[in-house]
Amino acid sequence: MSKPAFDPDVDDRPSFMERLFPWKQRVSKKPLYQLGVGRDLILDTIADQLGRGPLQPAARAALAERISRAPRHPRPALPDDLAEVFTQRITRRAATVQTLADIGDVPAAVAAHLRTHCLPTHIAVSDPLAALAWPAPLQVHTGAAQRNEAVAVSLARLAVAETGSVLLGSGSDTPTTHNFVPDDHLVVLHRQDIVAHLEDAWTSLRNHGGMPRAVNLIAGPSRTGDIEQTIQLGAHGPRRLHILLIG
Amino acid sequence: MRFETPRFKQAAVVALHDERLRTALARSRVGFIGHRQAAVDALPEFEQLRDTAAQIKDHVLDHLDYYLQRYEQAVVAAGGKVHWAHDDSEAQRIIVDICRAADAKVITKGKSMVSEEIGLNDALIAAGYEVVETDLGEYIIQLAKEPPSHIVGPALHKTREQVTALFAEHHGRARKETVAELVTEAREMLRDKFFRADVGITGGNFLIAETGTSVIVTNEGNGDLTQTLPRVHIVTSGIERVLPSLDDLPVFLRLLARSATGQDTETYTTLSTGPRRAGDPDGPEEYHVVLVDNGRTQMLGSRFRKMLRCIRCGACMNHCPVYGSVGGHAYGWVYPGPMGAVLTPIYQGLKDSYDLPNACTLNGRCQSVCPVKIPLPEMLRELRHLQHVERVGPRLQRSALAAWRFVASQPWLYRIAEKLATTTLARLGGAGRRVRKLPFAEGWTQSRDLPAPAGSTFLSQVPRSKRA
Repeated sequence: MSKPAFDPDVDDRPSFMERLFPWKQRVSKKPLYQLGVGRDLILDTIADQLGRGPLQPAARAALAERISRAPRHPRPALPDDLAEVFTQRITRRAATVQTLADIGDVPAAVAAHLRTHCLPTHIAVSDPLAALAWPAPLQVHTGAAQRNEAVAVSLARLAVAETGSVLLGSGSDTPTTHNFVPDDHLVVLHRQDIVAHLEDAWTSLRNHGGMPRAVNLIAGPSRTGDIEQTIQLGAHGPRRLHILLIG
Repeated sequence: MRFETPRFKQAAVVALHDERLRTALARSRVGFIGHRQAAVDALPEFEQLRDTAAQIKDHVLDHLDYYLQRYEQAVVAAGGKVHWAHDDSEAQRIIVDICRAADAKVITKGKSMVSEEIGLNDALIAAGYEVVETDLGEYIIQLAKEPPSHIVGPALHKTREQVTALFAEHHGRARKETVAELVTEAREMLRDKFFRADVGITGGNFLIAETGTSVIVTNEGNGDLTQTLPRVHIVTSGIERVLPSLDDLPVFLRLLARSATGQDTETYTTLSTGPRRAGDPDGPEEYHVVLVDNGRTQMLGSRFRKMLRCIRCGACMNHCPVYGSVGGHAYGWVYPGPMGAVLTPIYQGLKDSYDLPNACTLNGRCQSVCPVKIPLPEMLRELRHLQHVERVGPRLQRSALAAWRFVASQPWLYRIAEKLATTTLARLGGAGRRVRKLPFAEGWTQSRDLPAPAGSTFLSQVPRSKRA
């Protein structure tokens, strides 16, 4: 069933157009999909076009190894002070960073942010933060963001210095909607959770329960350049991103 | 998706006389080229990453069947479903079926070139759904009922005034003049759609075989609202987008943002693995991936295999003088610029896309900025060659080339013809050595002079003995 590999040195093989545009003539084979053969047809065609038929077990084992142990690819060199790199890069993308000594300082910092920007005092927080001592008149709730949600405070799992982004993972106590629905997004980040490169973030995810349903790397407030290439913040996601860096 | 490539020449002439388009194109070039260069200069590892990316892509393409199977297994293990679409109509049918099963009414969409390629919007609208593009650029051109003119900035041909007029017409609100007001108005209009949507459709920049993850990058956050709020999330992606491991992804993320928009990273990079899990307070209940072949398997077996490395960053068109002069719409189909000039003939036929490979100046800039090192000029030359082999194109040109080949392969005839041509041209050029008007080639000499040869040729200067 396997045809020879396409030979680039042979120029005018009469079947070339047929090989290049065969799906144009495939109309009659449509029912294949309904029979559930679409998948096998595609996979068989790939093996066929590569001129080698299905892979042998040894080759498959080598590829399985390639998946579980990817080679180390080039990574950008970074200065040692990761918190400094992270702060520099995320602020360059219009986020703000405030350093706090202790997680206990978070409620006061959030209250101050709300006052500065004249924001409502009803806010969404991730579960681990709900237990903090939130002063009146702040009212916190957990769970998914509501349609009119104005402010959310999230706990970052990690941050990546290389890209200057915080990493938030979905989970029962960390709703994804908090990251995108509100106008103001505040993210609590522990200094020791800043890793150098994206690869380090994956390693951490693998070591702590695998991939969450959604992994959101966020490198600033929402922005668009779609009208005359003029950068405008707050396209669909948060207009402001404020990082509370602990430690 | 309309196919208007056969009218490329006419469309290009119209585009060249469109003042607003010229202003928009000039503005975008400054931004795209300058920002990219600055971002690349700031990353010494950039060239190394390009080589690595090309290697990874070639490895994946060589074993595409295996990685797709592993990807499917991982998606299923995460609770998602993979659908395989042989061509555009099959992809449309699969997606309409999913929407029907979900009893959908409103469908939001993140930016996806594959969905443009398979003509998804028209199919969904024909099936009775309300379809809303949520990327601001895509939203603008949806209102204007136009195809995208750029794969990253779909509405970059539109001026602010045009957007003002469009919004005033469709939103029924007071006219908004500034970019800030326009963006805010779009945000408000689309907010409602995000929350009302039953199905959200996004593209997939990358698919990870290791984990069954699909990856999107956006700056607006529209893709995330599109895929988080509705009950059903559908990912549409070409089969070539799969990568073996999460550890292969950063190579491409580093290249993509810099090549596309000159940023170190896009604002939002989102990795999605399956539907909502037990205890999750939000996220879609169903997660579907539609893998689209639509001719890709055939490219795999052709001399255009390297085109499947493409990560759709748009750098080639940003640096292309032809694209920069005529814009994206003149190309007449989904993909414009150099990558489009290669893909359109492959998808739509050599004959109907005759002009695209021939409009290329072969200056090679596209290849020099391509993050995955696709030899675009080589492929365009290859397409020209195929057009000749397949006898596509103006008869006169083919006859002239055949005559040239015949003469050039007969040394004695060549020498005579050369002698004749040189002396004639030298005489025509006169003292000024410029031929102002050439019989049978007035079109060419209309806007330029032909430098006349000096009268003696290279061959005539080499002694006969040395030639042997």
